[in-house]
Amino acid sequence: MIPASFDYLAPTTVAEALAALAEHGDEAKVLAGGQSLLPILRMRLNAPGIVIDLGKIAELQGISEDGDELVIGAMTTYAAVLASGAVSTHAALLSKAIATVADPQIRHRGTIGGALVHADPAGDVGAPALALGARYVIAGADGATRTVEADDFFEDLFTTAVGEGELLTQIRVPKHTGWGAHYEKFVRVSHQWSIVGIAATVRSEGGTIAEARVGLTNMGSTPLRAKAVEQALVGQPATDEAVRSAVASVAEGTNPPSDLNGDAVYRKHLASVLTRRAVLAAAGA
Amino acid sequence: MTITEDRPASNDAAEVGKARTRKEDQRLITGRTKWTDNIVLPGMLHLAMVRSPYAHANITNIDTSEAKTASGVITVVTGEDIKDVQGVNANAWPITPDQVTPTHLPVCIDHVACAGEIVAVVVARTPAEARDAAELVDVDYDVLPAVLDLKEAVNDTVLAHPDLGTNKSAFWKLDSAEQGSGGNVDEAIAKARVDGIVIEREFRQQRLIPAFMEPRSVVVDPTGDQMVVWSATQVPHILRFLIAATMGIPESKVRVIAPDVGGGFGGKLQTTPEEFATIAVSRRLGKPCKYTETRSESLLSGHHGRDQWQKITLAAENDGTVTGLKVDLIANMGAYVAVVGGGVPVLGAWMYNSIYKFPAYQFNCQTVLTNMTWVDAYRGAGRPEATFAIERMMDEFAAVLGRDPLEVREQNWIRHEEFPFTTVAGMTYDSGNYEAATEKAKKLFGYDELRAEQKQRRESGDPVQLGIGVSTFTEMCGLAPSRILGQLNYGAGGWEHASIRMLATGKVEVLTGSSAHGQGHETAWSQIVADRLGVAFEDVEVLHGDTQIAHRGMDTYGSRSLVVGGEAVVRAADKVIAKAKVFAAHLLEASEDDLEFTAGRFQVKGTDKGLAIGEVALAAFAGHNLPDGAEPNIDADATYDPVDFSFPHGTHLCAMEVDTETGATTMRKYACVDDVGTIVNPLIVEGQIHGGLVQGIAQALWEGAEYDENGTLVTGSFVDYTLPTSADTISFISEHTVSPSTTNTLGTKGVGEAGTIASTPAVVNAIVDALRQFGVDDVLMPCTPERVWKAIQAGGAKPGVPAEGEREAAPHFDEGAPNDDRPATPDTTATTQGGAQ
Ligand SMILES: Cc1cc2nc3c(=O)[nH]c(=O)nc-3n(C[C@H](O)[C@H](O)[C@H](O)COP(=O)(O)OP(=O)(O)OC[C@H]3O[C@@H](n4cnc5c(N)ncnc54)[C@H](O)[C@@H]3O)c2cc1C
Repeated sequence: MIPASFDYLAPTTVAEALAALAEHGDEAKVLAGGQSLLPILRMRLNAPGIVIDLGKIAELQGISEDGDELVIGAMTTYAAVLASGAVSTHAALLSKAIATVADPQIRHRGTIGGALVHADPAGDVGAPALALGARYVIAGADGATRTVEADDFFEDLFTTAVGEGELLTQIRVPKHTGWGAHYEKFVRVSHQWSIVGIAATVRSEGGTIAEARVGLTNMGSTPLRAKAVEQALVGQPATDEAVRSAVASVAEGTNPPSDLNGDAVYRKHLASVLTRRAVLAAAGA
Repeated sequence: MTITEDRPASNDAAEVGKARTRKEDQRLITGRTKWTDNIVLPGMLHLAMVRSPYAHANITNIDTSEAKTASGVITVVTGEDIKDVQGVNANAWPITPDQVTPTHLPVCIDHVACAGEIVAVVVARTPAEARDAAELVDVDYDVLPAVLDLKEAVNDTVLAHPDLGTNKSAFWKLDSAEQGSGGNVDEAIAKARVDGIVIEREFRQQRLIPAFMEPRSVVVDPTGDQMVVWSATQVPHILRFLIAATMGIPESKVRVIAPDVGGGFGGKLQTTPEEFATIAVSRRLGKPCKYTETRSESLLSGHHGRDQWQKITLAAENDGTVTGLKVDLIANMGAYVAVVGGGVPVLGAWMYNSIYKFPAYQFNCQTVLTNMTWVDAYRGAGRPEATFAIERMMDEFAAVLGRDPLEVREQNWIRHEEFPFTTVAGMTYDSGNYEAATEKAKKLFGYDELRAEQKQRRESGDPVQLGIGVSTFTEMCGLAPSRILGQLNYGAGGWEHASIRMLATGKVEVLTGSSAHGQGHETAWSQIVADRLGVAFEDVEVLHGDTQIAHRGMDTYGSRSLVVGGEAVVRAADKVIAKAKVFAAHLLEASEDDLEFTAGRFQVKGTDKGLAIGEVALAAFAGHNLPDGAEPNIDADATYDPVDFSFPHGTHLCAMEVDTETGATTMRKYACVDDVGTIVNPLIVEGQIHGGLVQGIAQALWEGAEYDENGTLVTGSFVDYTLPTSADTISFISEHTVSPSTTNTLGTKGVGEAGTIASTPAVVNAIVDALRQFGVDDVLMPCTPERVWKAIQAGGAKPGVPAEGEREAAPHFDEGAPNDDRPATPDTTATTQGGAQ
């Protein structure tokens, strides 16, 4: 379809972008990789007066290390994250999850920041970011930045802590060097969003799980972290039996959707099977 | 294989049988070609459709004033504005004389019968302006209750078209006893209830969407004497006829062109509301107009496929010999009876008995109207439904008998020495060898090894179980002998036309009435003509899809192009040779009897004197030295009306792994041996089989159109209509046996639909085979992981304990439903109704 007409602006600095956002208010929409926004515009589910393209802002791109954290610019594409040795070394879970997103074309346009701000509960980036305890740097209209903790970022369906007139600029991911990781994505066809996805990363000592982080995709209106399961896994041997019982309650308290791909009951069942598999794979078992 | 592969121009080996890469691929793959949407005419205007969001409503008012003043808008046209000139979207095949057929107006006037119907047309200078203004058209609807469930529709409580008084469109029946081709099926079933086996099952053919790659598009140029219509259609000739027949435009004033068309799968054999609306608007304004649909519009408003409930009763002796088959269908037509809508399920009438020697057979089909998108042909059209049902039944039958499903099939199929064989449905199968195809398929598949692995996995309680599915199918191809179509009340004949023009430079133009839309006619026809006339493959140019060039034709669908259209080409070539021979004899000063025609040359026997056919063409062109009274022309035409159908067949074997923890299914192996008669181009056949397989597998596993309770299409984009890609499929093992058809010169049988027809039941049979140990005997299509997992949960039985013997028949139609609402033989009434075993 053809989107309704809109004006287009491509600022080259964050400050310019923020100023444009301030000027145009809710008439403006920010464009990152466009892989979610363009379908929305083309189906005329939204018709902004102006689109502000972040694609020319160099400071929003790239991956660096800052002490115990990896710093990923919001406009870094999936492909760039996948190609990064730093990410696969220090946050393997993110690489593994991103490798399952859509197809190569989409991964070359879609950005990690766009995905996180879009906050589709079926998207594959939220759960690993949550599990890894990523923090988010957000720039406001006055140019000041604030940092939002992992647990406070996702607020609801398609809603995050990034407010109107604000931009997500960086994702700061605590290093999980040496942790095993696995993203278990369950789909019917290869190019689908997750029906359920499980992000698991595990630090093992000998055959024993010393620490674990587990994030859930599409098990509620936001990505979820299964902290009780993480606790239950600590000290367990990485065996089918032990992990099975530690993760059995993973779906408790979740509120997954019911749709053509499966109802909530089925998704809850899937979550426990897939969590076991993800944890075992992450533990290298 | 590369597309730039060099091929010698020499003609040293036969072309038929060569794996030629396709002539058309370079331009198609590089995009250096004409799709309808690429066509740009001076002053051309663009259309956008305003569509009903409601499944059923009366239109009470349409306010176009705001839209008319929007930027770039020329006008906005409503159904009322063009009511006398917009024609109708006709049904060409009323299956019964009393068929209830709602009038299908291209642009609705006061009533919409499904979501997506066109209620107004916006005309603007650019597509974007047209789209913008479409949002400004204000339509008031009085929303009516919608009938969206096929089984509910037959009760007539809510009507899709209140003025018609019923949702029941037509009831069609074939009975072997009545037509004298077999016994009485009710008696066979009654007997089997006493001392044999009766299996009753009900299957659902879900609604599918033919997702061709190129969305539909139409450009109309009304300027000048003739109106030219370019359309992304499979059926330019039928479109031209129906434009003339329903819009009051002389046929001679209409030229329809189907340029390169990006797939159809049946989905483009309609004459569409969009085409007719564009023509009406374009003529009204006297300006060229273009309309190209969006993918969302394509999914919503292109016709859909399948959508049936099938109740099947199979009767047999305890020794595994089948004795009767009864089929009761209800088929969803959607809101209108599309061009061959009612005929699609009826095409299955001759196919449910398939390759098996049922002595008694009955087929009943009730077509039903609902407030959903209209339904018509989708790859296979009637035959996939039939094949699915009978092949599922044969697996169920084998399970009841506790025997190998291939062995039970073999006990009942037509043996190769029995061809030609007249079936209980009254068809005469030309040739085939089911034993040979099956033997070969088993070897390629590793049948015994996979059965052993299956057993081992069962015994060890592996969470991943293995199932093996069988489908030994046949289909009728080559639509169709005109005589038979006449008996069925079809609106046209089934012949095909070809012309061959011998150019002065030795090049050859072949005009075919078959309208290719991705099949590769240009390549295959070139191979046929190169062999027949002894000219180089490269020297043959195949022209099609333009009613002014290939002026006679019946187009492409129903695996008919090669079998019917190819035969017309052969016959035209033979006429060229016959004409040329007279000239050659004259030029060579020899008697015709002394000439032999080989490898493109007329040779005087026993001498080195001869002429190439191209030299004769040049002589005809010059006309300087021809036999007295001869026309200077060796071109020829042929119109071929097939004497009978052809019946390809094949054995398809599928192994599916089922993850019993999640319900996920993974294809492990797929092997098929298809007998499509003589193969003209193995590469094209391979492509047809592969693509067909994927479409059939997709019905089993992935695709399904779903509506919500308001009649809104939920699967309105490819996010929800889960079309597979190559990433979802495995490499198929595909080979052939060759039993040439006896009904055409080349011995070809048709391959366009084979893979789709055969594969669906093979996949579902494999899944059910894996799950039977859990007490499962069916899974609804598409077999989503959720459905598979829930089937396992509901089955309840413990692994390793087969439960099929105790299982009740699947639910049947309610008593009094249309399929039961007809006189039954008095003494068997009690046993054939109600579905009790
Ligand atoms: C066919 C297809 C398949 C897909 N499959 C998957 C899949 O399997 N898994 C998956 O996870 N995703 C999938 N996606 C979605 C894809 O991951 C998107 O790229 C991603 O959701 C959005 O990233 P983007 O950079 O394209 O953002 P855009 O589409 O440009 O923007 C998304 C939203 O975020 C806002 N935004 C973007 N950047 C910022 C910023 N820095 N600050 C503030 N607001 C911002 C935009 O205004 C917009 O509202 C698929 C998409 C397509 C088209």
